Amino acid sequence: MLANAPRLMLVGRRLVQFVPVIVLATFVVFGLLKLVPGDLAATLAGEYATEERIAQIRESYGLNDPFLVQYGRWLWNAMQLDLSRSFQSNEPVLEQIMHRFPTTMLLVVGALLVSLVVGVPLGILAATNAGSRLDVAVTSLSSFGVALPNFWLAMILVATFSLSWGWFPATGAVRFGTDPAGAIWHAVLPSIALAAGGIAEVVRQLRSALIEILSSQYVRTLYAKGLSPSAILWKHGLKNVAVTLLTVIGLLASRLLGGAVVIEAVFAIPGMGSMVVRAAIVKDFPVVQGVVFTMVILVIAINLVIDLLYTIVDPRVALK
Amino acid sequence: MKSLRDWLGGNSAAVLALFFLVALFTLALMAPLIAPFAPTAQNLGNTLAEPSWQHWMGTDDLGRDVLSRLIHGAPASLFASLLAVGVATAIGVPVGLLAGFLGGWVDDAISRVIDTLLSFPGIVLAIGVTGALGIGLTNAMLAVGIVFAPGLARLMRAQTLVVKQELYVDASRCFGASLSRILLKHVMPNAVQPVIVQVTLLLAVALLAEASLSFLGLGVQPPQPSWGGMLARAYNYMELAPEQMYAPGIAILLTALAFNTLGEALRQALDPTRRRR
Repeated sequence: MLANAPRLMLVGRRLVQFVPVIVLATFVVFGLLKLVPGDLAATLAGEYATEERIAQIRESYGLNDPFLVQYGRWLWNAMQLDLSRSFQSNEPVLEQIMHRFPTTMLLVVGALLVSLVVGVPLGILAATNAGSRLDVAVTSLSSFGVALPNFWLAMILVATFSLSWGWFPATGAVRFGTDPAGAIWHAVLPSIALAAGGIAEVVRQLRSALIEILSSQYVRTLYAKGLSPSAILWKHGLKNVAVTLLTVIGLLASRLLGGAVVIEAVFAIPGMGSMVVRAAIVKDFPVVQGVVFTMVILVIAINLVIDLLYTIVDPRVALK
Repeated sequence: MKSLRDWLGGNSAAVLALFFLVALFTLALMAPLIAPFAPTAQNLGNTLAEPSWQHWMGTDDLGRDVLSRLIHGAPASLFASLLAVGVATAIGVPVGLLAGFLGGWVDDAISRVIDTLLSFPGIVLAIGVTGALGIGLTNAMLAVGIVFAPGLARLMRAQTLVVKQELYVDASRCFGASLSRILLKHVMPNAVQPVIVQVTLLLAVALLAEASLSFLGLGVQPPQPSWGGMLARAYNYMELAPEQMYAPGIAILLTALAFNTLGEALRQALDPTRRRR
C-alpha cells in the first residue's frame, strides 16, 4: 500500500529535511556575487563609468544594504519566480531559462536513456560472467568511458556521422514542441556523447551491486533449492539492484546536467548550458545565478523523488 | 617502498600508468628543452599543414607546431589537476576529520552543508565561480577544487567515524593527548587510505574539468597552449583539418586513464580484504 502511516511520515520528514538544503543552496548561489573581486557596482558599470553612474547602479541593485538583506530580498523574489533581469539584454532571466529549459532537458533525458539502455545489459552481462574475458572487456570499456572527455567524443561523432557521412545534423537544435521528430533527430549525437560517462557509471555500479547480491547467502540457498541461474537473476537479483539503479540515476542527474553544458557548446545547442557559459564570460551575473539556481533546484527535486521511490521499491527503507 | 613494488609487480597496467605519468611529468617540466618550436611561434605561410619531418603532428590554423603546443600544454593540465585536487584536499580532509571526530551539532551542520554542495552539478558551479572570480586557469581550478572538497570531506568523515571507535584512540585520550595530537597522530593516518585512492581518481576528473573549461574558453587563455584550448581551435577547423583534433584528445584520454588506473591499483593494494598476506 502506498499511503500507510509510516510512509507518509517518511515523506513528511524528507520534505522538511529539504528546506535547509534549499536555503543553503540558494545562499551559495547568491554568495557567488560576493566572490566578485573589488566593487561589484564598478564591475557592472564598465570600465569608463563615472562615479555618479556607479553610485546609481549601487542604489538600483540595492548593493548598499547588508549582505543578508540582499540575500533575503533575492530569495523572496526567487520564491515568487522572479530571478531578476539579465544585465545584457534586460530580459527577465526566468523567461530566458524557461525558453531554453526543454532543449537541455531533451538532451539530458536522452543521455540518461542511452546510459541505461546500454549500461544495464552490459552491467548484467559483466556481473553474471564475473572474472571472464567478457567481464574484463566490459570493465575495461567502462574505465575508458570514465576517462574519455565527452566533448572530444562529441567532436569525433560530428566529424564521422555528420561531416563525413551526413547522417545527423552537426549543430543546432529544434524545439520539441514545434517538431518532435526533428528535435530527437538533432539530439541523437549530443545524447550519445553525453552518455559515455553515464554508461560507464551504470555498468560499474550495477556490476558491483549485482556481484555482491549473487554471492550472498540467500542466493546460495536458492541455488541449493535447485532454482535455475536465470530464475535467480531475474526474480531475486534484479529486484534487489533496483535500489542501486535509483541511486545511479540520482547521481547521473547532476552529472549529466553539468556535462550538457559542455556538449551544448560543441553542438551549438541553444540550451541552458551555452547560456551560462556566455553569461560567465560577459559577467552577466543574474543569468549565471539563475541557471545555477535552476539546475541545483532540479537536482534537489530529482533526489527528493528518488528518496521517495526508494520507499516504494524497498519497503525496508520506510520501516526504518 | 617494498609494498609499492609488491603491488606494482602484480599489476602491469598500473606499472604502465606509472611510467606514463612519470614520463609526462618529466616532459612537462622540461617542455621548453624538448619541444622543437616555441608554442606561440606563428607561421602564417604554413597553416593547417599535414604532418611532416619538420612538424611531426602538422601545424594549426596559425601555423604553430602542434607537437610543441601539445608538449607545452602538459604543464598547464598537470598543474591544473594538482591545484584543484590540492585545494579540495586542503579543505575536505580537515573538515571531514573534524566533523567525524567531534560529532554532535558540528557534524550535523557540516554534513548538511556537504549534502547541499554535492547537489550542485560540479562543472556548472565551477563555471559560476570562475565567472565571479574572473576567467583564467588558476581561478577555474580553485573553483573545481572547491567543488571537489565536499566529496572528500564526506569520505574523510565516514572513515573518521570508524577509526575513532578504535581502542588506541581511546587510550591516547586517557593519557591526556591533545585533540590535535589525537587527530594528527592517531585518527588521520589510519583513516586516510581511502582518501588517497579518491584523490588519485580525482586527478583524472580534475584533468577532464580543466580540459572542458579551457575548451569553453573559461580556463587557459590563448595564446597559451592547453589541450582543451587546442581542441576548441581544432573544432573551428574541423571541416578543413579534422586530424587536428586527435592528438590533444588522445593526450587527455591517456592521462586521465593513467590516473584512474593508478587509483584503482591503489584501491586494490590498500583493500585489506584483498591483501595477500
